[in-house]
Parts: sequence; C-alpha cells; structure tokens
Amino acid sequence: MDMRPDPLVMMTSSVQDQAPKPVKVAAKNVNVYYGAKQALKDVSVDIPVKAVTAFIGPSGCGKSTFLRCINRMNDTVASCRVEGLIQIDGKDIYDPALDPVQLRARVGMVFQKPNPFPKSIYDNVAYGPRIHGLSRSKAELDEIVEHSLRKASLWEEVKDRLKDSGTGLSGGQQQRLCIARTIAINPEIILMDEPCSALDPIATARIEELMAELRSNFTIIIVTHSMQQAARVSQRTAFFHLGILVEKGETSQIFTNPTDKRTQDYITGRFG
Amino acid sequence: MTDITSGEFPSSIRRVEFDSAESKARLRGRYKSEARFKAYGIVALVITTSFLLALLTSIVSRGVPGFFQNYLVTEVLVDAAKIDPQGKGTPEALRAGDYSAVARAALADAIPGINERQLKKELNGLLSSGAGDDLREMVLANPSLLGQRIRTPLLLADQADIFLKETESAVRVFADTRGSATPSATTGDITILVSGNDFADDVALIKAELVNSAVALEKNIALRAGRGASAESLADLKAQAAELRQRAAGTASETLDSKTASRLVAINGGVVKVKEMTPTSVRGDVIVPLTTTAEAAPGTWQIRVYDRPEADRNMNDRAATFLEQLKSKGLIESKFNWAFFTRGDSREAELAGIQGALVGSILTLLVTIGLCLPIGVLAAIYLEEFAPKNRFTELIEININNLAAVPSIVFGLLGLAVFLNFFGLPRSAPLVGGLVLALLVLPTIIIASRAALKSVPPSIREAALGVGASHQQAVFHHVLPLAMPGIMTGTIIGMAHALGETAPLLMIGMIAFIVDVPTSLTQAATVLPVQIFLWSDLPEPAFKMKTAAAILVLLAVLFLMNGISIWLRKKFERRW
Repeated sequence: MDMRPDPLVMMTSSVQDQAPKPVKVAAKNVNVYYGAKQALKDVSVDIPVKAVTAFIGPSGCGKSTFLRCINRMNDTVASCRVEGLIQIDGKDIYDPALDPVQLRARVGMVFQKPNPFPKSIYDNVAYGPRIHGLSRSKAELDEIVEHSLRKASLWEEVKDRLKDSGTGLSGGQQQRLCIARTIAINPEIILMDEPCSALDPIATARIEELMAELRSNFTIIIVTHSMQQAARVSQRTAFFHLGILVEKGETSQIFTNPTDKRTQDYITGRFG
Repeated sequence: MTDITSGEFPSSIRRVEFDSAESKARLRGRYKSEARFKAYGIVALVITTSFLLALLTSIVSRGVPGFFQNYLVTEVLVDAAKIDPQGKGTPEALRAGDYSAVARAALADAIPGINERQLKKELNGLLSSGAGDDLREMVLANPSLLGQRIRTPLLLADQADIFLKETESAVRVFADTRGSATPSATTGDITILVSGNDFADDVALIKAELVNSAVALEKNIALRAGRGASAESLADLKAQAAELRQRAAGTASETLDSKTASRLVAINGGVVKVKEMTPTSVRGDVIVPLTTTAEAAPGTWQIRVYDRPEADRNMNDRAATFLEQLKSKGLIESKFNWAFFTRGDSREAELAGIQGALVGSILTLLVTIGLCLPIGVLAAIYLEEFAPKNRFTELIEININNLAAVPSIVFGLLGLAVFLNFFGLPRSAPLVGGLVLALLVLPTIIIASRAALKSVPPSIREAALGVGASHQQAVFHHVLPLAMPGIMTGTIIGMAHALGETAPLLMIGMIAFIVDVPTSLTQAATVLPVQIFLWSDLPEPAFKMKTAAAILVLLAVLFLMNGISIWLRKKFERRW
C-alpha cells in the first residue's frame, strides 16, 4: 500500500487556509506521566480556531494522551499526572477552580470505537442537552436533536426511527450519531480520537466530509493513524514520536517538506 | 520496521509431512487424545445426569402422592342432635358442635353391623381427628344444612391414606375357589368348612416356611457349636428347631400369627380373619358380619392374602378390611390436597400443611431482600466506581470475598449473639431470620453486582463523560441500568440461596412446631427448609410423604427463581 499522501489533496486543503487563524488551544511544556512512566515530554503547541488539526504518529507516541489532556479525560485515570499549561481561549483548564465536567461540555469528544448509549437515537442525542439543561421545553429539545442530527448528516437516514436503539445502526451511522451527540451540547472544540479506525472506507469518507463541514463552526482536533486522512481533512498537522512533539505546521508543509528526518521517515512509510 | 533479512531458510528445520509414518503416528495420537477427551466429557455428563435423574425421580415418586389425599365420600346426616342439641342455632353453638360424631355416624352407616367395641374403635380410627373440620365450616357457612343429608368428603387418617397409596400392602385375591364353603355362624369366632382342599396350597406354603425357619435355626446352632458354645445354651434353640420340624411334618391345623402373611376369607357379604387352618377348614374371627350361614358355592367366596405380615404394617387386618370394604363400595376418593397449601403444621400428618412455612419463608425473604438489595448494590457501586484504590478498600474487598465463604451456621451464631442477645429481638421471628440471611447473602450480592458493573464496557462511561456527564451521572444514567440484569440475576440467585438455607435459622430458634400461619415479622414462624427438616425427623410414614412433597414445593420455587434470573439475563442481554 502506498503510504505517501496524494499531493493534489494536500494542495487543495492548504489553499483554503491562507489567513492565519487565532489560537484556540495553547499548550506549553506539557508533561504527562502514567505513574513513573513519562508519556509526553515538553509538548508545546498552538491549535487554531475553526480548523482541523491532525495529530499523527506511530502507536504509543502520546498523541491520544495529549488529546485526552485537552478535555481532562485523563483525570479518570488514577495514575495519570499532567504538568505544564494548557489554555483554552487563554484560560488554564487545569485551574483547580475549573470543573472538569463543565469543561467537557465545552470540549466534546468522539471516540475510536462508535459508542452510542444503548438507548434510542433520540435519547442518545438528547442526553447531553438534558443533563446540562440546554432546552426549556420538549419542542426545543426536539429542535436540538433534529439540528444536531442534520449537522451530523444523519437526519435523513434516521428521522423515521428516532425511537429505535442507537446500537442498531451501522458502524458509520453510529459514529455519526456519536458526532451528533457531541455537537448537541454545542461545544467549542471537538476532539476526535481515531474516529474512522473502526469504519469501512465509505463510512470513513462520509465522516471526513462531515469534518470539512463542521470545521466552519467548531475547532476540531483529530488523532489519526491514516496519513492520507490527515492530509485530506486537516489544515495543520503535528507529528508525535515517543512522547515528543517532533514537528508541527501547515499540513501541506509537513507532508511535502518536513524539516525533521523522523517526520520524513514516518510519512514516507519507513517506520510505524 | 519491516526489513526482511534475506537468505535461505535453514534446511535443518523440518516441515510437516503428510505421508511419513512418524507424522501419521502423531496424527493418530492427536485424534486419539481428542476422542479420549470427548469420552471423558460424555462420561462425566452421563454420571451427573444419572445422579440428577435418580434424585429427581426418587423425590418426585415419593413426593407426588403427598399432594393427594384420600377421602371417604359418603352420605352424611348433619345431625342437629349431635351438633346443636339445645337447638340454639347461634354461630357459637354451631361451632362447638361435635362434628366428629357426625362423621363417625356416617362411617358407621357405610359399614353397618359393627357393634363390637374393639372393632368399632378400629373403624373410627380410619377417620382423621380433623374429619369434622370441613363439615363445621360448611355448616357455619350455611346453617340450613342442619338436619339434611349431604354427600361430602370426610378426611381419612394418615395411616388409612398411606395404606391406600402404598402398593406393598396390596391384597392378593383368590376368587376361583374350588369347593363350597359353609360358615358355622355370622359373628364371633367361627369355623368355615370347605368341600374342596382350597387351603392345601397355603398350608403347604406355611409348612415350607416352617422348614425354612428350622433350617436357618439349625445353621445358627451349628455355627454357635463350632464357636464352642455349651450344649446347655444351645438346648433351647435345638428344642425350637425340633418343634418347627415337628409342626412342618404333622397334619394338625396351622396357627397364623402376626408374623406370617395374613389370610382373610370373604364369604356371604362378610369377612373372616383366619386364625387356624387345615387344608379343608379354617377357624377365625369375623370382622364384617356375615349375612347368612348358608353354604357358599365355589367361586362365590374368596380368599384374600396380605403378604406383608400384620406386625410389619401400620394398619392391622381389621382396619385394612374395613378400608377394602369402603373402597369396594366406591366410597373412597383421592383428591388433590389443596389443604396442603392452606394449613399450618400439625401433629396429624393428614392435617399438616406448608402454608405457615411458605408465609414464613416469604416474610423472611422480604426482610432479606429489603436489606440486601439497597445495601449490596450501593456498596458495590461505591467500591467499583467511586472508592479510591488503596490498602483500606483492598482490605474491605478481601473481607467481603472471605465473608462469602463463611459457613452459614456462623452467621446463625452471630445472629443469635447480636440480634437476639444484644438487641433483644424476638426469637423465631422472620425479622431476625431475614436479618441473618441478609448477612449471609450480602457478600454474594456485592460480588455479583461488582462483576455486573465491571462488565459494562468502559466506552459507555467514556461516552457519558465525553458529553459532560459527571461521574455520578455516568454511573446512574448509563452504567447501572446496563448492569441491572446482572445485579438482578445475582440477587435472585442470592435469594434462592437464602430460601434454601436452614442452618443459620436453627440457631435463632426458627426450628419450632408452629401451627399458626405468621402474619407479622415478629411472630414466631418457621421456613420451608426448616419445615422439611422437622418433618423428615418424624417417624410416621405419612410425614415422609409430606417431607418429599414439601421438598418438591421448595424445588419448584427454586427452579422458578433461577428461571426468572435466566430469563432476565436473556431478556436484557445487550450487545455493544
């Protein structure tokens, strides 16, 4: 399999983002430890608003760990310790005064394996708005659900069976349902942890299309193993290797003209 | 790195061959070992199944007759003179009436002519002491029955019931009698002369038995003599053996006693119990009076033989004869014994029921589940989802697992010491039983609930946390509902365990003869397994039957509970 990205795709994506965008998430000298083991070393990166940023790198390089620091999902791992500064809109998210649950309502997350709740499609989407009190009436909730499903381009497929179980959908539909569930609480940032790794190419393509649409409203950070996917959907790319952020920059630049030897080796398929 | 080192694969490493003798032998060995393993499995399965089948058939075959009860169904004159002699007609007077006398009168009507005191006692003994109870309820419900004749079932005593159910006590009837028989009288001690030698076979049989006994005795003597017993000590036995031999050889009449098979002669509408017999005549006592002393033609009279000697039976020949008479008149009916489920315990087997034990079990289990379910599930949720993982929680976990293995009698002792002695709760009460069983079942429920919580995939928790649910919301909205079938299964299995538990309840005094059905948590009560334990200890054969029947009820409830747990598991089984 040809691991090199298609230069045409990269060109189109880089052309769209000429103007530099303001920084949404800023990480400075982030170190993450699992017990005694250091998983991330001195990671500093700025993530622009309303764009897709891709984290690439071989397995175990710390890209998912870093992603989970941004919505403090790592808090649920008892042995995990995070040092350094991560700011969203200039506000430290590890500030003790900040409630991680509220943070997660602002920073949504889509997981590797589609994980809809074993409830109806409607309840899956309505759950977030319900617990956060985002709707005042049933009509408003219906509207949120429809809007979210439309945004996740799932509405046409499921509008007649909203009462059916979410787990009865196909894998790709389930993942779009998870995206709808995430955008139903209207977050600013959507984290996607290898969202297409469990999907077939057609379902993958639909998710990628969706990302391109969503980035006009949300800041999207995606972790992916597929370099083609990173090249297709992202505007900026960061390459992680062995817990170190090796290289970051415009996607086109990373894929066509990497400055680091390790980046070059990885994107040309020499290791990983 | 995917670099492949080039170069030849070393030729010293061999490849699997299809046809070489060695590989064939290896293949054969593998097939054999697979076949052997399968055979072991099948053998194990067959052994288990046959044990289970043997157990079940044994319990079912013993228990099923316990669900039925024989009744004397006959015309009963609801005699106002016996029930309400003063003619008050008040419910109190009606309640106080002597309904047993009414039932006895009905029985006397069914077999007329029994006047001798001893025989009358035997006859009345066929009826249960509670035979009039149902009659009393009927009359109280409908006083207009007074003075009327009604056809109603009267409860038979347990021994009569058992006699009718057991096949070993069956009578052999010889109806093709060869000679004509002439009785000497209709009542009392009579002689029957027979023109044929109808009793020759029986007499020969008895003589053969005598010879057998003599041979056994002589063997015994020889054995003792061989061991060096003195001649004086053996003289007695020798005399006995000689006497047996002499009786066997002689032609004198043979005496029947309670250790030989009983023989009865049914003739001219009456029944005679044989005391002495020669090949052509018998002497005996009349049980049921004869209608006439006329000569009975061959084939019109019968010889009835009970192979089981009277001494080995609970029913003597007279009572058995009365029962046979009632049966031949079609007055005996076997009915499903609903009273078994609606009566409390009793010293009379035919009146004993399991309602008290059932209600006691239900009350006890209500206390148990009321305590166990909330405490167990909340403890499991806390330990599994919220507790910090440190030495202290680890210690608690280990102790919970250990508690599940503690013998149940220890919980009984704990209950005795804490609930009865320290807190002074009432003895034998379902409340205390429930508390003790709750202690017993709690570890099971905590362990099962934790396993159920653990089996919920972490992706569900992550999904909930990912949309901004708090930890508690994630657990209660998503994890707990998914774990619920597992928790319910564990709880029901725990309850089934509690239902079958006896030992701890013995310690807190739930082992007692309690007639009343309990109505509150603090009343003295017993539970089903303890009731079974109590009944199994009683000597009456009817209680053996009741024991098996109660075991069947207990098993049915346990199967039902396990069935529900399996159904719950299947119904709510989810795929993620």
